[in-house]
Amino acid sequence: MMPENGEAAEYEVRLGRVTALTSKPTHYCAGCEHGVLTKLIANAIEELELREKCVVVDSVGCSVFAHDYLNVDAVQAAHGRAPAVMAGIKRVRPDLTTFAVQGDGDAVAIGLQELIYAATRAEPITIFLVNNAIYGMTGGQMAPTTPEGMVTTTTPEGRDTLYTGTPIDASKLLGSLDGPSYVKRVFLPVAPLKSRDLYSAAGPLEGARSVVNAFKVQLAGGFSFVEFISTCSVNWKMSILDSKKYAAEVLTKVYPPGLFKDKMGVERR
Amino acid sequence: MTGREFVKGNEALALGALKAGLNAYFAYPITPSSEVPETLARLFNTPEYPEFRVFLQSSSELEAINMVIGAAATGAKVMTATSGPGFSLKQEGLSYAAGMELPFIVADVNRAGPGLGNLGPEQSDYFQATRGGGHGGYRNIVLAPNSVQEMAAFPSLGFSLAFRYRNPVIVLADAFLGQLKEDIVFPEIPVEKFETPWAATGASGETRHVIASLHLDFEDQNRHAEHLLSKYEEIAREEQRAETYMVDDAEVVLVAYGVVSRLCKSAVNSLRERGVRAGLVRPITLSPFPSKVIADAAVKAKRFVVVELNMGQMVTDVRLALEGKGAVEHVHRLGGLLPTSDELVRKVEGGSR
Repeated sequence: MMPENGEAAEYEVRLGRVTALTSKPTHYCAGCEHGVLTKLIANAIEELELREKCVVVDSVGCSVFAHDYLNVDAVQAAHGRAPAVMAGIKRVRPDLTTFAVQGDGDAVAIGLQELIYAATRAEPITIFLVNNAIYGMTGGQMAPTTPEGMVTTTTPEGRDTLYTGTPIDASKLLGSLDGPSYVKRVFLPVAPLKSRDLYSAAGPLEGARSVVNAFKVQLAGGFSFVEFISTCSVNWKMSILDSKKYAAEVLTKVYPPGLFKDKMGVERR
Repeated sequence: MTGREFVKGNEALALGALKAGLNAYFAYPITPSSEVPETLARLFNTPEYPEFRVFLQSSSELEAINMVIGAAATGAKVMTATSGPGFSLKQEGLSYAAGMELPFIVADVNRAGPGLGNLGPEQSDYFQATRGGGHGGYRNIVLAPNSVQEMAAFPSLGFSLAFRYRNPVIVLADAFLGQLKEDIVFPEIPVEKFETPWAATGASGETRHVIASLHLDFEDQNRHAEHLLSKYEEIAREEQRAETYMVDDAEVVLVAYGVVSRLCKSAVNSLRERGVRAGLVRPITLSPFPSKVIADAAVKAKRFVVVELNMGQMVTDVRLALEGKGAVEHVHRLGGLLPTSDELVRKVEGGSR
């Protein structure tokens, strides 16, 4: 399921600096969706006027420097523990909006318990999961989301799911729980179109809308979770363009984008 | 509210925290500490303690300590309690909290170990509490109550120290103190308000608050570590606390904390009756360790008998404090058992082995 072009007219594409961003140059690798997501979050914070009322919780992984780029208050969490830290913040300060950008290793391996229980308790927090199917920060090891056959530094012959187990679908898992109000999976990269040399920006635009919706759900008292199918060309050892193709052709088969839960109907508004 | 109450140590700890203005408690049950969350759950959402806004049971010790971290990062007064196996799981969070300089209280109602051990009292978490049991170099402030009265009083002292130094505080009790019921007079506990300009509660204009333990630049991490070290040195200078009993003319000094210190006090009385000039140093802060009091006692006393419910942990701090100026013996009891006062008298009278 590949996102198609044609929705761009619906959205205003914002360029230039927003107050929720610092002026620090990004450390993210070229072609990485972390940078895109950071910008989408900053835009949403500005649009919803949350800058002075929010706390980002840094998770461990490539997003550990979230506070370097997002010009907001920040608390760092240990690997996987961001949902618990956010729960602590939110319970004593329900007036604050709190969110984390977690990687797949952080949220779905070492921090799965914290994620599931925060979701089960319907903590009014927001989690953005960057699923690039690999441990990026540590140099490309197998992640809980690595698809069958993918070569990583710890599966040099390709992931053998009979031996290592099968990938975990975090959105499907959370969508099966009663707690969450909003669970959605979005294909974030710019996507290669069938016509050569053209790329669709539908992913980032859908991402922008989903980030705003996720915050709106938290503001209305619900738990929101958006998973972003992303790339890691460096650790996938592909060109940036090939990584976009791989994400569109392989990852979306394992992780089809879709809306898994929308109790409040924010998508319909 | 003051007046006499007949309460368990764990209940006193909970009530003392409430009276000190506890805002939030994150719970995970473990024997022999579970009366702490049970007492707080009963008193949650009651008009008596309007400051007590959050009581939440977590799915694990890890989740609980990280909830504590999040709540403490907003400047709230936060506590959790556990026992050995849970205290091990708290170490990850305590390391991060040390790096992020977050004030809160963790009570460890020490049971016998290693592993599951049993539910009796031991003092075998001494190293884990005083050395900083997580990764990296850091120090906790560690308070050791020896009565239900002190279980009630130490949350207030703990918050005071935690916020003054922006540092986690451990109340290191044991299964005996947690389960012991005593008649106590609730101290007048002032609800202190602490300034928390560092708290992460939303940016204000250009000012924002980043509470982080990551300093990738080596010079930056070096500055941070040196800052922590100078804080620990200041704590060591300013906050050593100990009770002394008949130490002035003592030729033999018993050193013990927690429940054991009470048995040692009886032993000192018996020894005095038998003509032995015995005394007692009872550390109240285990970290910083009251080295000055121990060193002062060594001016007269040449023999120190350290009594602990472990294989020999605090005894190393006594040796360091003495710097060779006195013979040090270790008397222990393990497995959840306590020595009797008579046994202690015999050990002291038996002389140096």
